[in-house]
Amino acid sequence: MIDWSHTAVTIAVILGSCLTLAGMLIWLERRLLGVWQERYGPNRLGPGGCLQSLADMIKIFTKEDWVPPFADKAVFVITPAIVVITSLMSFAVVPVAPDFVVADLNVGVLFFLAMSSLAAYSVIIGGWASNNKFAFLGSLRAIAQLLSYEVFMGLSLMGAVLLAGSFNLSDIVEAQRHQWFVIPQFFGFLCFFMAGLAEAHRTPFDMPEAEAELVAGYHSEYSGMKFGMFFVGEYLSILLLSAMTVILFFGGWHGPWLPPAVWFALKMFGFIVLIILIRATWPRFRFDQLLTFGWKVVMPLALINLLLTGGIVLWKAGSPELLTMVP
Amino acid sequence: MEILFYIAAAVTFLATLRVITHVHPVHALLYLVVALIALALIFYLLGAQFAAALEIIIYGGAIMVLFIFVVMLLGPLAVERERAWLTPHAWVGPSILALVLLGEVGYLIAVGDHTASVVAETRQKGISIALYGPYIIGVELASMLLLPGLIGAYHLGRRLSREER
Repeated sequence: MIDWSHTAVTIAVILGSCLTLAGMLIWLERRLLGVWQERYGPNRLGPGGCLQSLADMIKIFTKEDWVPPFADKAVFVITPAIVVITSLMSFAVVPVAPDFVVADLNVGVLFFLAMSSLAAYSVIIGGWASNNKFAFLGSLRAIAQLLSYEVFMGLSLMGAVLLAGSFNLSDIVEAQRHQWFVIPQFFGFLCFFMAGLAEAHRTPFDMPEAEAELVAGYHSEYSGMKFGMFFVGEYLSILLLSAMTVILFFGGWHGPWLPPAVWFALKMFGFIVLIILIRATWPRFRFDQLLTFGWKVVMPLALINLLLTGGIVLWKAGSPELLTMVP
Repeated sequence: MEILFYIAAAVTFLATLRVITHVHPVHALLYLVVALIALALIFYLLGAQFAAALEIIIYGGAIMVLFIFVVMLLGPLAVERERAWLTPHAWVGPSILALVLLGEVGYLIAVGDHTASVVAETRQKGISIALYGPYIIGVELASMLLLPGLIGAYHLGRRLSREER
């Protein structure tokens, strides 16, 4: 029997904290970038400037919400919602603490992959519907990049799935009680993190919106709250990437002394700061370098990692079971 | 649960109808994406969670993105061409074929054995053992089919870069 009140509370807590954190991340990123670049960043509103996002939000709500006359109107309006919806849907399978998850799907990993592949539509269709050459170029880049990196993302996850013997994210976390998967799956973690950065189109993989070349890339024509949705969606995908990295490779909620949810939040925070640090320090790739790097370095690495992991898992399980599977 | 199935089925049906009748190719493909997602929901309701997830990842995600990529490059001319193609005359052939299928479905509903045939919950392990056990030849054939595609794409891409030089 499903406990409705428990589910409702879980959904409310996860939705609320995701949206609040995504807002706070905008301030955190600008502030940290300021620290690393020896300037202040936003520090006026509230203690340390932490209410900056609120001011940004008020500004963005009062801006003119404009649809260009040459755009494909219906598609143009729907698109920004897709990225937010798919990111929030992915959080449904994220286990924050034992028994604190909205939907404990037994194909949780695949659900996450499915949602991240659907999120690609917002970028692709948004650039196309804008009917603007810069936006269109941005979305063409996004397609090539997302299609390439989606492949490794799936492959690099499978090592962790093999070790845990389950697609269920709670089971994967439980399997890391004694040893985090980052140790046996170090290359899997590297591939996953790179693919995740590319999926969230963060530096050094932010070619779809390269300001220096494409105005603002796929969201050049978006203004007001529609642009705000893309912006929040990007921060949601940073949150999601750190959450998934923690779950798959860094033991999820496991840790001594502190309560599970606190450990989860602390590890997530570490990865968020790492992602911002990467943005602060790393220049953008060239686009052909990005694709070459993906297909010629990350792809073979992920495949070899999967092959070795599979071999070791079968070897440890003992060969008799293996032999019965072969006809 | 049954009402959920009927809603998903209705969405699939209507979206597929729009795929065929829409004159704008990109809009038609977006409807196809919706139809595939609705189909995934039907799989999920029948207990095939694994198939549902794969339906979205492979068809809804990867393949449809590629389709849209190609169709996006056609530009606004495509709408006019599509409008010219969608004459009443063009409906005759497909309608006849669809009527044959409708007749079969009608016959099956009338006389067929329709005891509840709920798909048993399919586990990933079961599917994998089936694929790499009795159906290994199919997997091998499929991968052999994909390899020429890969080599062909590589060949085409390579010739282009030599011309540029």
